[in-house]
Parts: sequence; structure tokens; C-alpha cells
Amino acid sequence: MVTALAVIRLRDLFAVIMLFGIYSLLSASLFVVLDAVDVAFTEASVGAGIATVFMLGTLALTKSREKIPAAHKQVLPLLAVLGTGAVLIYGTSDIPYYGDPSNPIHHHVAPRYLEGSATEIGVPNVVSAVLASYRGYDTLGETTVVFTAAIGVLVLIGGARRPHSEESPRSDPKQELMKQYSILRLITKLLLPLILLFALYVQFHGDFGPGGGFQAGVIFAAGFVLYALVYGLDQARQIMPPWLLRIGISLGVLIYAGVGVAGILLGGAFLDYGVLDPHDPMHGQHLGIFLVELGVGITVSAVMISIFYAFAGRGR
Amino acid sequence: MQILGLYNYWIFIVLMMCGFYVVISRGNLVKKLVGLNIFQTSVFILYISMGKIIGGTAPILTETATVYSNPVPHVLILTAIVVGIATTALGLALVVRINEAYGTIEEDEIHAQSEDEAL
Repeated sequence: MVTALAVIRLRDLFAVIMLFGIYSLLSASLFVVLDAVDVAFTEASVGAGIATVFMLGTLALTKSREKIPAAHKQVLPLLAVLGTGAVLIYGTSDIPYYGDPSNPIHHHVAPRYLEGSATEIGVPNVVSAVLASYRGYDTLGETTVVFTAAIGVLVLIGGARRPHSEESPRSDPKQELMKQYSILRLITKLLLPLILLFALYVQFHGDFGPGGGFQAGVIFAAGFVLYALVYGLDQARQIMPPWLLRIGISLGVLIYAGVGVAGILLGGAFLDYGVLDPHDPMHGQHLGIFLVELGVGITVSAVMISIFYAFAGRGR
Repeated sequence: MQILGLYNYWIFIVLMMCGFYVVISRGNLVKKLVGLNIFQTSVFILYISMGKIIGGTAPILTETATVYSNPVPHVLILTAIVVGIATTALGLALVVRINEAYGTIEEDEIHAQSEDEAL
């Protein structure tokens, strides 16, 4: 919270973004305290990792100082904010208390999921079960949103470079400078396999512990972003070429929707994994969740890496 | 306990208002996006704190635990975070394009330039 206040005051946008990363990490630890381990995982990898890199990428392309806002413009927003806050705080007096098991939220569908998922889905992590199976439609929709956003970013800043970039030499001075930091390069080389391996672990162990396709995709992308930062964009592009990413972006959504259509063809409902294995519905559920999470992981990591390429390639 | 039972909502409101204030009072577009993200995180905290049960554990089924926190908000927020970063990236891409078109990311300077062109 203190960090959030500091974010308001600071005008140096670089410091603002760094503080925002810290703020994300703090809220991730708050989520752990509130028992939401999957959410904390996502927030830590997304907010503190990828979001910071994207924002810094934007700053590199724009300006890093904020103009001092005019004084008369501050009073009206402050009044509006205080007024809204007061109304909201007044409104909380009717809201049920924190952590009380008798709150209405805990009595509608949640007990059904908690009791049913052990026998119907057979996956210990209820969050994964709800995400991929019970509410599979939502997750398909959200994967599609991520997919659409990636298309938007690529259309906006992906393809054409600036016209005057032709005369700039191929090897830029920053990259030459980076070659001198041999410790950074060595550590990156050591860390990269571990990061990628961890991403795969998170991907395939998401049924049993915290994790899943979303987190794994982001961690996988973070590994590549680290590599591209230290070794240069061109080298990263050779390992993971943009055409491969474009295939990956759509392949993930296709896998997800394909699993759903396969359910229909086998005589079930859309995204009904039970029919995938006619002899053992539980095994079918496992298979379905596995494939769907794989699709989510592929899409998310391909989207994150290609957005990073778009930001990094723009400045050349 | 009566008063303290509501403090999670107050934290959420203060954070939300911080984000709201940044969005409406600052002209810098990157700062606005950071404010929007703070706003968004405050909503995440609201949802997650509603799902918490005192004495419960994370919703991963084990043999020892009997009380679990509510998994439904966790699922909603997990996907919301990833969608949030995707939309933030889209916003940042727009900022980059605006900077290329106008040479600034300050709202009032952009307005001034648009009016000049209109005249």
C-alpha cells in the first residue's frame, strides 16, 4: 500500500515501474497468506516479471520523465476519489465479515466443487479442476482474449519498422556493451535450463500442486525474455523464430477448442472430457485437463514472447 | 472483531482509490496504465479475500485438511491476471504508437496537437 502511494508521488517513470514490480511481488505474498497459492504464483510471474519488462520496453520507446501536472487539475480528481472512497467504505458496513465460513459466497457452488472434484475429476488441485473442467468454457474464452490481444499488439507495433531504421547499423552499441558482462552471460546460461525445466514442471504438475498452463506459459516466456535481454534479440530470434511463435499462438487455442470438439464427436458435450476415454471417465478427465492446460501454456508463452519481440524490435 | 472484520475491504478501497486517482489526475499515459493496474490488483485482492476462510488451507485436496478456502474466486482471478497483462500489453502498444504519431505521451500535449491540426 505504501508502495502504491509512492507510485503516485514519483515522476521518474523508471522508478515507478520498478516500484510497481515490488508492489506486485508484495500482493503475491498477500495472496499466499490468503490461501490462494495458484493466484500468487501467477501474480508473481506476471506482475513482477513480465509486466515490468513490457513497461520498461515501452519506456525505452518513449520518454522516462513525467511532466509535472498543473495544480488546479489535482483538486477535482482528489475530491472525486475521496467521495467515491467514502461511499464505498459506507457500503462495506453491510458486507459479511472476513474469513467467516458462514458467508454466502461459501455456500453456493464452491462446496459442490470441493466435494465433487475428488470423485468426478480425480485431480487434487481443485483450482485446476475448476479452471479446466467445470468452468472450461470461461477458460477457453480467456485464452481467446489473450490470443486476440496478441494479434492487436502485433498489428499495432509488430510488423513494419520505422522508416528511418534502414540506415542504422546491424550491431547496436548496447549489445556490444552487453558482451563484456561475462558474469551475467554465464549466470544466464546456468539459469536458463532451470527456468525452462521449472516451467515444464509447473505445466505438468499443475493437477497436483499449484500451477498450470497460465503460470507455466509465463515462466517459460520469462526464461526466453531473460535470454534475449542478455544475448540480444537477434540470437533469441534464431532459437525461437517469430513464425514459430505465430503458429504457437494459434496452435494452443486450436488444441483447446479441438479437445472440446473431440468431446462432441465422441458423443458427449462440448469440453466434456469424460467421454475421451470410454472405459474410465476419470482417466478421460485427466487427459482432457492435460491437453487443455498444454494448449493454454503454448498460447500464453507464445503470446508473451511475441509481445516482447514486438516491443524490443520496435526500437531498432 | 466487529470493526476489524471489515478491514480487508478497506485495504481494497484505499488501493482502488489510489489507482483511480492516478488514472484521472495524471496526464502521462504510462502512469495511467500503472494506475489502472493498481486498480485491477485491488479488485483481485477483494475477490481473493472474500474466498478466504479463517482456519482453512489452500484448495488442494489432502487427507489431513478438512476446511479449504473457496476455489472459485481463485480461478476467476488467475485467468484475470493473465488477461490483464495481455490487455496491458495492448495498451502499452497503443502508447508506443501514440508516441510515434505525436512525439509525446502527455495527454494535454496530444490534445493541443489535435486541436492545432483541426484548425
